[in-house]
Amino acid sequence: MRNQMIEIRDLSKTFTLHNQGSAVIPVMDGANLSVARGECVALTGASGAGKSTLMRMIYGNYLAAGGSIVVDGVDVVQAEPREILALRREVLGYVSQFLRVVPRVPTLDVVAEPLLAVGVEAEAARERARDLLTQLRIPERLWQLSPTSFSGGEQQRVNIARGFAHSYPAMLLDEPTASLDATNRATVLGLIEEAKARGAAIVGIFHDEAARDQVCDREIDVSVFTPGLQGAA
Amino acid sequence: MSDYNFAYLDEQTKRMIRRAILKGLAIPGYQVPFASREMPMPYGWGTGGVQVSAATLTPEDTLKVIDQGADDTTNAVSIRKFFEKTAGVATTEETAQASVIQTRHRIPEEALREDQILVYQVPIPEPLRFLEPSEVETRKMHSLEEYGLMHVKLYEDIAKHGAIATSYAYPVKVEGRYVMDPSPIPKFDNPKMEMAAIQLFGAGREQRIYALPPYCQVVSLDFEDFPFEASKAEHPCDMCGAEDSYLDEVIMDDAGSRMFVCSDTDYCASRRAAGHVGAQAAALEETAA
Amino acid sequence: MTPLLKVENISKYYGQRIGCQDVNFDLYPGEVMGIVGESGSGKSTLLNCLAGHLTPETGEVLFEMRDGAMRDTVTMSEPERRMLSRTDWAFVHQHARDGLRMNVSAGGNVGERLMAVGARHYGNIRAEAVDWLGRVEISESRVDDRPTQFSGGMQQRLQIARNLVTGPRLVFMDEPTGGLDVSVQARLLDLLRGLVREMGLSAIIVTHDLAVVRLLADRLMVMKDGHVVETGLTDQVLDDPQHAYTQLLVSSVLQV
Repeated sequence: MRNQMIEIRDLSKTFTLHNQGSAVIPVMDGANLSVARGECVALTGASGAGKSTLMRMIYGNYLAAGGSIVVDGVDVVQAEPREILALRREVLGYVSQFLRVVPRVPTLDVVAEPLLAVGVEAEAARERARDLLTQLRIPERLWQLSPTSFSGGEQQRVNIARGFAHSYPAMLLDEPTASLDATNRATVLGLIEEAKARGAAIVGIFHDEAARDQVCDREIDVSVFTPGLQGAA
Repeated sequence: MSDYNFAYLDEQTKRMIRRAILKGLAIPGYQVPFASREMPMPYGWGTGGVQVSAATLTPEDTLKVIDQGADDTTNAVSIRKFFEKTAGVATTEETAQASVIQTRHRIPEEALREDQILVYQVPIPEPLRFLEPSEVETRKMHSLEEYGLMHVKLYEDIAKHGAIATSYAYPVKVEGRYVMDPSPIPKFDNPKMEMAAIQLFGAGREQRIYALPPYCQVVSLDFEDFPFEASKAEHPCDMCGAEDSYLDEVIMDDAGSRMFVCSDTDYCASRRAAGHVGAQAAALEETAA
Repeated sequence: MTPLLKVENISKYYGQRIGCQDVNFDLYPGEVMGIVGESGSGKSTLLNCLAGHLTPETGEVLFEMRDGAMRDTVTMSEPERRMLSRTDWAFVHQHARDGLRMNVSAGGNVGERLMAVGARHYGNIRAEAVDWLGRVEISESRVDDRPTQFSGGMQQRLQIARNLVTGPRLVFMDEPTGGLDVSVQARLLDLLRGLVREMGLSAIIVTHDLAVVRLLADRLMVMKDGHVVETGLTDQVLDDPQHAYTQLLVSSVLQV
């Protein structure tokens, strides 16, 4: 079993804006990063330095211009869509800042869905969902309602519950503690500690410095990979 | 000497119809298109059957024409007279005496022989018509043997009535291949279609001819749990006492009294001639006398 | 894993005009692929070529039969192709009335495919129809009603039940949520997602609604003027479009 769960080599990214004079904007160049099992690495850097861009590239959501991103043996840069989908289903979890779900689906089912997708039996999946929603203090009377009608903070917690439902060996966390009160923040940090303890490799963006110091083993300043920003940090 | 060509139609037309008949006999249950002619009677009065009969008759034939089993109804009488005039053939009301029988809506009760031909008048030859209006599509369904739709019709019957309510024009499958409309005969007659005589079907307005050679396998469609039943009124004939014949229900007066009589008039008459007596026969003779 | 469907160099012309040209892709079991593009982009032409409703001028549509052999559905005999289309394939039309028999009861509509493949036991056919109506959230009490008595959303769900009753492996959908109210769309999308997951269905969905493909499709193919201009993971194509046309398409969506 390889120890490095996520290995990024010489990664680059450009955006070509065809409808705005075909402007080519380089946003990343020569990025390297390894994350071991049980390790949590924080991405830092000023706003616009490319933290979210890097995270999205690891998830296969943004297309790389060059280099490689190997997650559990799969190079996301080269992989076929179905290989990336399998990776996302089994290995790589992602808690984004936004909850995107089918309207009208009950919260409980939204949280249980990642487990159903990996073949967990329906009742066991719902049990895990109930447990997470309880931990994250989503009142039980909301469980049968769609989260699309929830407040921002509630949506964020449902998103976290969904992200932690399946025990992914690798996880990407984009501001998981933003807009949470102290109690819920502590719960989320506990979930992250738990995931690390079972060997999950985690890449996170935390503006919350105290949270970052508590759960992260290392910090990587992505602005060193940003063309035009190199050396500025 | 009649002023008509034998049996009204010209020889070329009869030849064309005979070719269609032969093709139909070669492919039992398959609807053969033919160039239906204008006949001196309206569509719906048996123009298809008349053209098939015209192409089938020879001067030596004896013709019988029935409508709903009866020889004496307007339609039967007109067609019989038509051929008496245009072909000069002998006619009869006795089933056993006839070599060609043209029929509307019935098969005679008396078993037919190998030297007889039964000609059916058909209003709508396409059994799939009411579920699939496109002729292009139904022809494709026949050619590819896609007959699931036929059972949808029977399914709808059971769903709506608790049993297969289709009681006439009950669809059959011929020799395990073509699904065929038997013309609007009562389903009581369906089992008789496996017979010794040749059966020819003519649809004038729709310009189709189809046929069953003697002893052809003819299976009425059904479900395992709703099997086909050749049903008739649970009653003996009130005139001749027959228990095995298809019956017409006749309302006798304004008080709603009624009687059941054989729809096959020749069958009933010959039974009475042989001495069989039904429950109301005596009373009826009295009234007549 | 071997693909369920291999599409190779499919081209279809209407006279001089291109319907679609040189389309290639593989679809694997359990995958849902979306095809987007504006009206006239060739997406419906392509779908109809794949489903055997149109005959392409060039190319092959190889489908993995139940015995594991890959067969070209373009050149196979019509009886074979029609047999496929009522067993292993399903086609969900945009307008339910194109995919339903409006003068036949809901139960008869669902039962037809069963009867077409030889089911001859009324009780079993009806039980299966009722079961499927339940799976698409239509009450058993409506089993003898005709689709004309159903709302648009119910008709669409009935069409789905009618298609899935024989356990197909590949479902073609042409704008399955088009013409429905937004709230009805959501329910239908959720239903489709559940069925795709439970039955392990592969599906090809043609739509011009980017929100629909984001929620339903794993992969996306973008078409313009009969050509495929971009393919990839659905969220990647929508969030990081590479082709000029896709960028225009994505940036043209009104935000709510």
